[in-house]
Amino acid sequence: MAVTRGFTGRPRPERDRRLPPGQYDAGDDWPVLHVELVPELPPAAWSFAVDGLVAAPRTWSWDEAQALPRSTYEGAIHCVTTWSKFDMTWAGVSVDVLLAQAGGALPGASHVLIHSHTGYTTNLPLADVTGGRAWLAFEVDGAPLEPIHGGPARLLVPHLYFWKSAKWASRIEVLDHDQRGYWEDGGYHDRGDPWHEQRYHGD
Amino acid sequence: MSPWFTGVVERVTVETARARTFTLRLPAPLGHRAGQHVVLRLTAPDGYTAARSYSVASAPTSEPTIDLTVERLDEGEVSTFLHDVAEVGDELELRGPIGTRFAWDPDDGPALLIGGGSGIVPLMAMLRLARLRGATDRVRLVAAARTPDDLLYAAELPGPEVTVAYSRAPGPGDRPAGRLGPADLAPAVRPGQRTFICGSSGFCEAAGRTLVDLGVAPTTVTVERFGPTT
Repeated sequence: MAVTRGFTGRPRPERDRRLPPGQYDAGDDWPVLHVELVPELPPAAWSFAVDGLVAAPRTWSWDEAQALPRSTYEGAIHCVTTWSKFDMTWAGVSVDVLLAQAGGALPGASHVLIHSHTGYTTNLPLADVTGGRAWLAFEVDGAPLEPIHGGPARLLVPHLYFWKSAKWASRIEVLDHDQRGYWEDGGYHDRGDPWHEQRYHGD
Repeated sequence: MSPWFTGVVERVTVETARARTFTLRLPAPLGHRAGQHVVLRLTAPDGYTAARSYSVASAPTSEPTIDLTVERLDEGEVSTFLHDVAEVGDELELRGPIGTRFAWDPDDGPALLIGGGSGIVPLMAMLRLARLRGATDRVRLVAAARTPDDLLYAAELPGPEVTVAYSRAPGPGDRPAGRLGPADLAPAVRPGQRTFICGSSGFCEAAGRTLVDLGVAPTTVTVERFGPTT
């Protein structure tokens, strides 16, 4: 990369080791960057499905989803627009639980396409949403997730850039191939690992 | 092959007290769709980098230049550099174009464009394209700014397809100061139209809710929020 004449950047005496390359600490800010209008999703209008290459595709109502066992994630999130946010506590249902209740992924399953109630989509390798690394999240820092941040429920895949953590998630479609979602179709990376700065195609 | 390429600052145009347009000469035409953005990356001598996304303000043409209109944010690591340090002749690293749904061409059909503050920038590319193509019947732009002094492209905007509104100043005409309301948006709503809204998150949600109340289907609305990402 070429040095930009006259650019020194922010003071960076002790760069936080928790910050992936090219990221900064947003502190108490939580920027909002979705591409849709915030949908109205009262419990009666809400549902969540796991289908595609699973043994027993199924759909949960709001009450059914609330009754599923929950687990928590404590740590950071990283947005591709270069902010990171630390020390968050999220609670939700592990995607492992959802997949198990749908009978488990069938042989050949390799990727998922996450759908949102707004029509937004994002693609991930199946391995990135299993093994205790992804949730359908309902709460953050002890309070219900606000609609502006994806409430009442969003996907949470905190080890990848946050556009993968689809707001207002409605469905996990299990596939035997990688099918690009909204941002991936527009030039963003298919995996999106912040520690490897996988922001765009080719990174 | 590196996805990054170099843009040379060819011209700097003062738009308002806080916004400047940087005309960059590229190795080849960007090949963008109106509404798409690029990523601009600055690199310090020690290898530290800062990258931000900026909407392209110029219409796609065969010219190997693009205009980026950048608002100066006081805490903005990249925008303060561009405003306070960058000069004609400087080389800046870019990649793109990026973005899918927030993009429009007159062939896509009629579009309603609603921009607040610097949110007008990607919509300006769409308006400019419509004007270049002689297709202004396909587009309506509602441009909102705090005051006349804050309005981007003020000299270029006026036309029968453009409505201007100020939140903190009266005018144009007998319009009182205030946020966009149904009276501002209803005349621009047409059947079969897609809507593009760009601005702060609050601006986008308020304009979107007003449109939905006017009967616009949420699925026809695409939003691009300029967050406080500095």
